[in-house]
Amino acid sequence: MAQSASKNRNLARRRLIGGLGIAVALACAMIGAVCLLIILGFVIVQGAGALNRDFLTQLPHPVGVPGGGVGNGILGTFIILGIATAMAVPIGLLTGIYLSLFGRGPIPEALRFLSDVLSGVPSIAIGLFAYAVLVAPLKHFSAFSASFAFMMLMLPLLVRTSEQAIRSVPQTVREGALALGMSNFRATVRIVLPTARPAIITALLLAIARVIGETAPLLFTAFGSQFWETNPNNPMAVLALQVFTYAISPYPNWQAQAWAGALLLIGAVFVLSLGARLMLRRAMRGLEA
Amino acid sequence: MENAGPQFRRVARFVSPADRGFAAIVYAGSILFALLIVGLFVELVLGSWPSIVKFGPGFIFSSSWDPITSKFGALPMIFGTVMTSLIAIVLAAFIGIMAAVFLADFAPRWLGQPLSFLIELLAAVPSVVYGLWGLFVLSPFMRTTLGPALQHVLGWTPLFSGPILGVGLLTGGIILALMILPTVTAISRDVIAAIPRDLREASMALGSTKWETAMKVVLPAARVGIFGACVLALGRALGETIAVTMVIGNRPEISSSLFAPSYTLASVIANEFTEATTSIYISALIELGLILFLVSMVVNALARLMIWSVRGSERV
Amino acid sequence: MTTIATGELLATQDLSAYYGNRQAVAEVTIAFRRKAVSALIGPSGCGKTTLLRCLNRIHEINFEARVEGSVLLDGQDIYGGDVDPMAIRRRVGMVFQRPNPFPTLSILDNTVACAPKGLNRREKMEAAERALRSAALWDEVKDKLKTSPLRLSGGQQQRLCIARAVAAEPEVLLMDEPTASLDPIATAVIEELMSSLCKEFTIVAVTHNMQQAARVSSVTAFMLADETGIGRLIEVDDTAKLFTKPSDRRTEDYISGRFG
Repeated sequence: MAQSASKNRNLARRRLIGGLGIAVALACAMIGAVCLLIILGFVIVQGAGALNRDFLTQLPHPVGVPGGGVGNGILGTFIILGIATAMAVPIGLLTGIYLSLFGRGPIPEALRFLSDVLSGVPSIAIGLFAYAVLVAPLKHFSAFSASFAFMMLMLPLLVRTSEQAIRSVPQTVREGALALGMSNFRATVRIVLPTARPAIITALLLAIARVIGETAPLLFTAFGSQFWETNPNNPMAVLALQVFTYAISPYPNWQAQAWAGALLLIGAVFVLSLGARLMLRRAMRGLEA
Repeated sequence: MENAGPQFRRVARFVSPADRGFAAIVYAGSILFALLIVGLFVELVLGSWPSIVKFGPGFIFSSSWDPITSKFGALPMIFGTVMTSLIAIVLAAFIGIMAAVFLADFAPRWLGQPLSFLIELLAAVPSVVYGLWGLFVLSPFMRTTLGPALQHVLGWTPLFSGPILGVGLLTGGIILALMILPTVTAISRDVIAAIPRDLREASMALGSTKWETAMKVVLPAARVGIFGACVLALGRALGETIAVTMVIGNRPEISSSLFAPSYTLASVIANEFTEATTSIYISALIELGLILFLVSMVVNALARLMIWSVRGSERV
Repeated sequence: MTTIATGELLATQDLSAYYGNRQAVAEVTIAFRRKAVSALIGPSGCGKTTLLRCLNRIHEINFEARVEGSVLLDGQDIYGGDVDPMAIRRRVGMVFQRPNPFPTLSILDNTVACAPKGLNRREKMEAAERALRSAALWDEVKDKLKTSPLRLSGGQQQRLCIARAVAAEPEVLLMDEPTASLDPIATAVIEELMSSLCKEFTIVAVTHNMQQAARVSSVTAFMLADETGIGRLIEVDDTAKLFTKPSDRRTEDYISGRFG
């Protein structure tokens, strides 16, 4: 009798500890979610106030003069990302094709190792690289050097996903193309790549989403500007950089604009991620035969 | 009749001119890719060479950071980087692993999916937005509420003593923890979920509660992968620049209090690179970048080794 | 063992095939009768599919796949030093076990994907119609040539693949268990196709369905893996004779269902 009573007490105690543990675990899971909502909330509330047409279309005003906007930063972001994409996609895609065709072996494994190394390099070190290669020798900051840094940041994701996307095209589709007498070139470009295209576009959208908020490399590549600029050879304003500069400034007007810029950045990430998700669904459907 | 043709056929044995051109372009792209990464390392070494030569290994142990006399030492920055990353990983590891246990084994679908989604969204927030929020929301909060509360309870330790400015090591660590939390949670959750059901069922059949099973059986089984996730997250924390720069206080000092302002390797580069006038100054900053590169490379390699051994060859 | 009738279009001589170091097929010497259906039968793992894939040099697109001996197309060894595999594959077409239409091309584009070059639009349409008619698919798809082939049924997709192979104007058509993934009605349609197509093409078909071999082929070859797992050609003969009075004991065992 006493034995089973103590067993019951023991079990009850263990159940209680278990319940507490689950509660702690639940709280931990909620902490992350709640923090995200808090951050989003602040950005939306603080940012919406300064978000207006002027903000999106005008140049920054001189210090102390109210108003102005981040028009040149938005333009600069598009230009720099555009050039970065134009450089990253061919290199990433070609490397992905190589890896998908050559599979195992010391050289493909070395390439994959290098890709992994690159994905872990802090973005500021990549900025230093861009500086050393494109700013120091030419003795001026430029948007192009920023694009170069962004390209480096985007490459590992593009390489890895291109390889996976091409591999996930069923082997029988590729064999069918080759069995008809197509060259490897034609089979890959006309048949395999188009089938893998939705997955590759998804990866591209995600890579852009990751890079759009990167500020560190911009500090000494694009450097920023107060004017409209379209020449990639010159320093250029970038939205993420403006948010940083305004945030650490002592002017409340600029600080408010920093929040609005942050809202724009988060909005862009949201749109890109949504686009990527839709693309992914298309990629899944396309492979169902 | 022995076959006179080639013995080994490789898929890349392009024969036609179109294929030869295709091969050339593919090879060129891949070689360029490799060159870029090798070039990155080479340029960092070249750029830091003057500093390496001048300061030698003492660079790492010296505390003086004086642009005027051109005396540079990385110790305070290493301290700041290590401390903030440590705080971040301690916080993120506990919260993330607990969250992962909950999401993998205890959460009903209607709760687990939205929570996972929200936690993963943390990874999508740009770094500068974290910095902005940290500067205008978390720092004042630390200065007015959280800091005094902690000091009230733990002020007897040197860790929590001293003036509370709002910005500092602890704030930096908390922001970093939020930034790496999704990494720890998502990978740990996958690793835990991959532990075979038989293990759990065997444990429960022996009379353990679900919680005991999770703590004593599942977690130990998953520990290699979880450790790998933490090391990977640590690697990300070490290299994070902008968010930390905005809340760290930017003072190259070593102090025992977590409330004290500090400086990280990445922050000093971010703050001072465009102002660096002398070439030895620039070289010293690049050497800091080289240190960052090497440290994160080692940490990441370690992490991936651990995660691969559990999850197979799936990449993170 | 039969001797090679060198007048045949397609033949092998002491053909052996390897996956790296593992030998899958050993020293097969066989000639395939011109403009007839030859069936390759045998239990799983006997190397019949590997043998088939050597006939159009598809075997080698996987890593470390290797071949010894020769395959003669019109008397010329297709594994010769300066022979372009692509040219061979245009003369020796293939239909696979599971239909594999190109997912991003329309039905029309799929059909003419490898039609002879230099055709204008009208000629392409004519070629497509010819090919689809010979695959008995034209009536079913003529109103939806621009749509995706993924919406067709399995049997229709397989006929599309046959049309696609035919449109490339090959001399030989290889078929790797073409009806394995199809229902009985679709199977019957394809078997009928094989009988009509063999008037124009030399067909070599792998099948694990003996009744199918008996129905459609005029020559049947039986393969079997020996104790070490290497596939060998046991017997090849006119279909009627092989199935009623096989020369080799092992053939007889297989046909009467004693194994496999």
